[in-house]
Formats: sequence, structure tokens, C-alpha cells
Amino acid sequence: MPSVQELITKIEHEIEELPQGVLQPDTSFRQLPEWSSMHALIIIALAETEYNVTLSGNDLRSCNTVNDLHQIIESRKG
Amino acid sequence: MAVFTTNHVRISGISAAVPSRTESNLDYDYISEAERKLLVKTTGILNRHIAAEGQTVTDLGEIAGNKLIDHLGWNRNEVDLLVLVTQSRDYFLPSSAVLLQERLKLSHNCAAFDIGLGCSGYVYAMSTAMAMMQNGGLRKAIVIAGDISSYGTSRTDKSTYPLFGDAVTATALEYDTAALPVHFNLQSDGSGAEAIIIHDGSLRHPPTPESYILHEHEPGIVRARRHLWLNGLDVFSFSVREAPANIMQLCAQSSVPLEKHDWLVMHQANMLMNETIRKKLKFLPEKTPYSLNDFGNTSSASIPLTIVTKCSEAATAPQRWMLAGFGVGLSWGSMSISTHGFVCMPVIEV
Repeated sequence: MPSVQELITKIEHEIEELPQGVLQPDTSFRQLPEWSSMHALIIIALAETEYNVTLSGNDLRSCNTVNDLHQIIESRKG
Repeated sequence: MAVFTTNHVRISGISAAVPSRTESNLDYDYISEAERKLLVKTTGILNRHIAAEGQTVTDLGEIAGNKLIDHLGWNRNEVDLLVLVTQSRDYFLPSSAVLLQERLKLSHNCAAFDIGLGCSGYVYAMSTAMAMMQNGGLRKAIVIAGDISSYGTSRTDKSTYPLFGDAVTATALEYDTAALPVHFNLQSDGSGAEAIIIHDGSLRHPPTPESYILHEHEPGIVRARRHLWLNGLDVFSFSVREAPANIMQLCAQSSVPLEKHDWLVMHQANMLMNETIRKKLKFLPEKTPYSLNDFGNTSSASIPLTIVTKCSEAATAPQRWMLAGFGVGLSWGSMSISTHGFVCMPVIEV
């Protein structure tokens, strides 16, 4: 089972604009000044290719923190 | 289930016409320089061709069609079918395909009609034309595909404006008993209509002065009801879920594994979305061409435009292609086709 830290590492790898260490499990990622709507697409792509989990637009909109995102991915993994 | 096979029709050639005017997303100063760089990196879209005012699908389609017919040396009286797939017709009525019948100097014995689809349109139009031709009653056909999408986008909507380019393609089809079977898988889901929509301008919401008034929906997204609305997250999620499943179902039903295909040519939506689909399918990147960088998302023209710009040399030899379109509707589909050499004409700038 991937940890939330593993998810953060993957997100940091995919989103170069986010400085390392900014994302924490309880970070409200959409409130970050570096956050862009493009990054939401990158997270959907990451969930699809890394975890084989399809996230909907509503999933993303309902997530506040990285923990929330991690929980959704965990609940959908086969 | 709309999984089916057509026989005895081959592709003889493809041509494409685009407006000569281009815009670079690096010059899109409605957003910051950092946003522009992220946009180009994520979508893979650098340049787009934008129609001049009044330049329509039939203007570009006439040029693409005429060049192709002339190059193939076809007798115009022998063209039995003209299918136009577009969502940007010249007029509310008549159909643009019928206008093109006259402008291409085809005979009055030519059947001509429009299909109103976008991203999935090329696959749908090819299936329609091939199904009509497969018994040999119709011998030659032209499929025109494309849109003037720039007409529908608001420059002050960063979620649509930098994505779409204008292009129209022509594909020549011929009845040929030696042609191998072509397999199709077509799907649709109208519950997703709001994901990509222009609300005002037709019968559900006829145009009013309010249709043209810009409203800010969120920072960077300022548009009117006559403009294209795109829910990027929902379209992305739909595409990466449904397109690979559709393709794998076609491969299973037709007993032609994906790895037997020489090319996977997808509707050119954006690089991140298309690459996610490719990775899910575990298909080789060098066999998955993109024209996004030079043309952006060109609606139903994107698959044939990618073939003529990225696979023209390969197309002269026998190849097996997986073509897949997905988007507005929601509508999506794929086709598996073997070709034995066809003409790819250089893109014409008008």
C-alpha cells in the first residue's frame, strides 16, 4: 500500500513548479500560490498511470488536502 | 453494441488545409509567462492556425478536396459520396456537405450529407462512408473532416482559447475487393453533454443579446454563453477512462491485438491526456505520433492531419493503424484499419 509520503514524492516529481517540501499530508494543495488548474490534470494522469485509479473532476474538487487525495486513491485501488 | 466490421474499402489519399495565420501560445499574454510555459509543456500545444474572419470549413474543405481529387486523377463524375463531419457549418441550413458537392464540381448523382460530431467525428464519418460503400454500389467517396473551432472560443478563457486550432482534411476512399476488413467500435454518453458545450445559438437557447455578454466564471475564465465551455477535469477523466477501454474492446472483438498495429493515432486533445492513454495501453511512444505542437486540437481533423504531417512516408507502405477519437458529446470511437499505400499530401496553407 503506497504511503501518503510516496504519493507526495510522486506529485513533487510530476509538478516541477512545486518546491520540494512544500507539500505535506495536511497541505491544502489547491490553496498553494504555485497551484494551477493544469496541476489538477497532472494529478489525474498520475493516479491513472501510477495507481490505475480514475479520478473524476468531482473527486479533485472534493479534495482539500493530500491526505484526502491519498484516501480516495487507496479506496479505489484494486 | 456498435462494434462492427466493414469490407472492401481502401484509403487512397489524405490531404489537409489550414489557415495561413498562426498564433503562438508563448505570445498568449492574457496569462502570465510562467502559466504560458506550463501550458505549452503540459498540453504540447505551441502553435495554432486560426481562420481569417469569414473563412469557413467549406473554404478549406474545397481546397483540400480539390487538391486531393486532382492529385489522384479522379473523374469528378465518379465520386458517389461526400460525407462532411463538422460542428461549424456555414449556415443553419442547408448542409455544408451539399455546398461542397457544388464547389468540388461533383455530379448530381453524388450523395452528400453532414455529420455533426467533433473529436470522435473522423472515426464516425469513416465508418459511415465505408458501410455505405462496402457492397460496391458506391465506388468512390470523399470524407471531409474539420472545424473552425476558433470561432467558438473566448480569448479571455484560458481553459479553451489556447487549445484549439482550425483545420479541414479530405480523405479519399475507393471500393476495392482486395482491401482488408476495417473494424470499428463506436460509443456515446449524452449525460456528459455539459462537459463540452456551446449553450447559446441554436434552438434550445436561441441567441439573445445576453448570449454575447462576458461573465467571469473563475479567474482566467471569462466567457459568454455563445462561447465554448469546457470542463477540463471531467473531459480528462472521461477520456483516460473510456478511450483505452474502447480500444482494448475493439482489439478483443476483432482478434487483432494492439501490438500488431504499426501506429496509434489519437485525436489530438492535449499531450498529457494522450500520453496517459498511451501509457495505459502500454503502446510504444515512437509509434504514437502527435501534431499538437504545430496545430493544437483540431477537432475531427486531428487524426488525418496527424497522419499527413507525421506518417506520410510510412503511409506509402503497408501499415496497420489504430485510430481513436474521443470528446464532445460525449462521443468516442476507434477503428482498426490496414492500408496498402496511400497518398499523403503536404498541408496546404490558405
